[in-house]
Amino acid sequence: MAFDYDKYLRPGKLPHIWCPGCGHGIVMKGLIRAMDTLKLKKEETAIVSGIGCASRLPGYIDCCTLHTAHGRAAAFATGVKMAKPEMNVILVGGDGDGTAIGGNHFIHACRRNIDMTYIIMNNYIYGMTGGQFSPCTPTGHKASTTPYGNPDPGFDIAKLAIGAGATFVARGTAFHANQIDKLIVEAIQHKGFSVVEILDDCPTTYGRRNKYKSVIEMMNRLKEVAVPVKAAEKMTAEQLQGKILTGVLYKEETKPEYTAEYAKVIERAKASK
Amino acid sequence: MSKKVAFLQGNEAAAHGALYAGCDFFAGYPITPSTEVSEVLSAELPKTGGKFLQMEDEIAAMAAILGASLAGSKVLTSTSGPGLSLKQELIGYGCIAEIPCVVYNVMRGGPSTGMPTGPSQSDVMCAKWGTHGDHPAICLTPASVQETYEEVIRAFNLSEKYRTPVMVMPDEIVAHMRERIVFPEPGEIEVLPRKSPTVPPEQYKPYDTSFGDVPPLAAFGSGYKFHVTGLNKMQDGFPTTKAEIVQAEEERQVRKVDANIDDIVQFEEYMLDDAEVVVVAYGSTSRSARYAVNVAREQGIKAGMFRIKTFWPFPDKQIKALAGKVKGIVIPEMNLGMCSLELERCAQGKTPILGIFRVDGEPINPDQILDKIKEVK
Repeated sequence: MAFDYDKYLRPGKLPHIWCPGCGHGIVMKGLIRAMDTLKLKKEETAIVSGIGCASRLPGYIDCCTLHTAHGRAAAFATGVKMAKPEMNVILVGGDGDGTAIGGNHFIHACRRNIDMTYIIMNNYIYGMTGGQFSPCTPTGHKASTTPYGNPDPGFDIAKLAIGAGATFVARGTAFHANQIDKLIVEAIQHKGFSVVEILDDCPTTYGRRNKYKSVIEMMNRLKEVAVPVKAAEKMTAEQLQGKILTGVLYKEETKPEYTAEYAKVIERAKASK
Repeated sequence: MSKKVAFLQGNEAAAHGALYAGCDFFAGYPITPSTEVSEVLSAELPKTGGKFLQMEDEIAAMAAILGASLAGSKVLTSTSGPGLSLKQELIGYGCIAEIPCVVYNVMRGGPSTGMPTGPSQSDVMCAKWGTHGDHPAICLTPASVQETYEEVIRAFNLSEKYRTPVMVMPDEIVAHMRERIVFPEPGEIEVLPRKSPTVPPEQYKPYDTSFGDVPPLAAFGSGYKFHVTGLNKMQDGFPTTKAEIVQAEEERQVRKVDANIDDIVQFEEYMLDDAEVVVVAYGSTSRSARYAVNVAREQGIKAGMFRIKTFWPFPDKQIKALAGKVKGIVIPEMNLGMCSLELERCAQGKTPILGIFRVDGEPINPDQILDKIKEVK
């Protein structure tokens, strides 16, 4: 029997705003399957986003949803989680929202290791505003504001998250749709701040400026560059040239989780009275 | 039984006022001269299970309290000038999404880093015009340590009652001076709860105007599912660009305050009955003004003071009435003329407005005010 996505979607709020060929819908379906696998209660789940195409996702899912300001999802979500630690808090957004204007909130959520899951849809571009280069646009690539090629080096979101202290970091792609929910399930189950980067495509504002003739070509690129971490172990540096690792890249289970640590603060404060 | 008495700083009193009001969540960022609020609450909040967060920046602190408020907490942040500038983005979010919260801002010299330890009253316009777009504004300007305590409680009540951010803005003198404070007994000052939904979750709409201009707000995690956005929204919380809905919603948000000015605006009238010269003052400046009025009276000048406690919404009606019957209004303020513009707007040329403007980090002396009172002919 086909999976019933409707039970998690909001009737009347579809169709979504995403362009034909955009991978965000694939990620949303992955998230819904993950929520179903984990039997997350909708009224006990908050989905928080910033601004941008990917950040429109919460509006379509029937949970407690919070579409905040540009880049601020992690900071709002930290408030929700600290006020109600028993809630499941999931963040969604794009690469510009999360690593540029929201970069500070992102790294500090990683550092605190607060028990939330952040799904970053990385399509290498600011799509909603028409295709300006983001901190994840590869050097030399074209955007509406880099007509001569992007002079900036890009972020590696996974390395950034690991360096900042996140304790679960995974990467998937919009092409590998069946892996997305599995990564999200593991991320949500992890006690701590978990980051799932999904390499995505934006045919409308990125693909057409960078000589991708079709969505299929963009999807094929994701298929070709992705190498599962297990497979990569058997490959040489030369073979890995230009490839991007996918799967669970990092997992650490000894670092204290923030809401649990704050519960200890409360215990100590009460004892001091 | 005698009441509990203490010798406190304005900032400390603000923290204790917040606790009296039931604040159970604070997020802030270190900044002079408001740090004591954070220090007191970091020690006190966890004793009763409350949460204290020091965030990565001022914007994050504002975001965290809005998120926590949506999850049902009574929330506070504290800051000062440069921090207030940063928080403006999300103060606007609080206004449009209609999320109760209290922003305590100690006014120091500005613009920019300005004079971090010097007093000022130059943030009062920022309280109304700092964030972009049309929005309601409530801003309280206490003049003593006791009043800071009480006005923080009132700020919580107003934010819950009208479902909007409320600012409390003492100047640095009020925030840092120490005075005797008498704590009210529990229950002595009314603490208003948030208006919770009476409909079952499947019927709930976060901006349902069938309940009036201030619709009930459910908490995340309480069985209610709903959507919140910073976009212009419909009654169900989802975004819209439909002209008639946007217009009506924007007007309703502003009307929440505009239609309730008499409930919100508080002021003190001092020796106004026969006054020919009125000093309008707020915050610590009103303390010099009171002294100057007393001396003027001793010298046979019919002076009085109108003390603004609620800066926004501005006491238009009262100032208009005064302007029609006095020979002049003196306005001492620690900025280059902000309240004076509001007074001119309200006075409509019926009486001269004489300003004393100081931005050098020094308080305004009674002598300066007395001299100005004497200039009124």
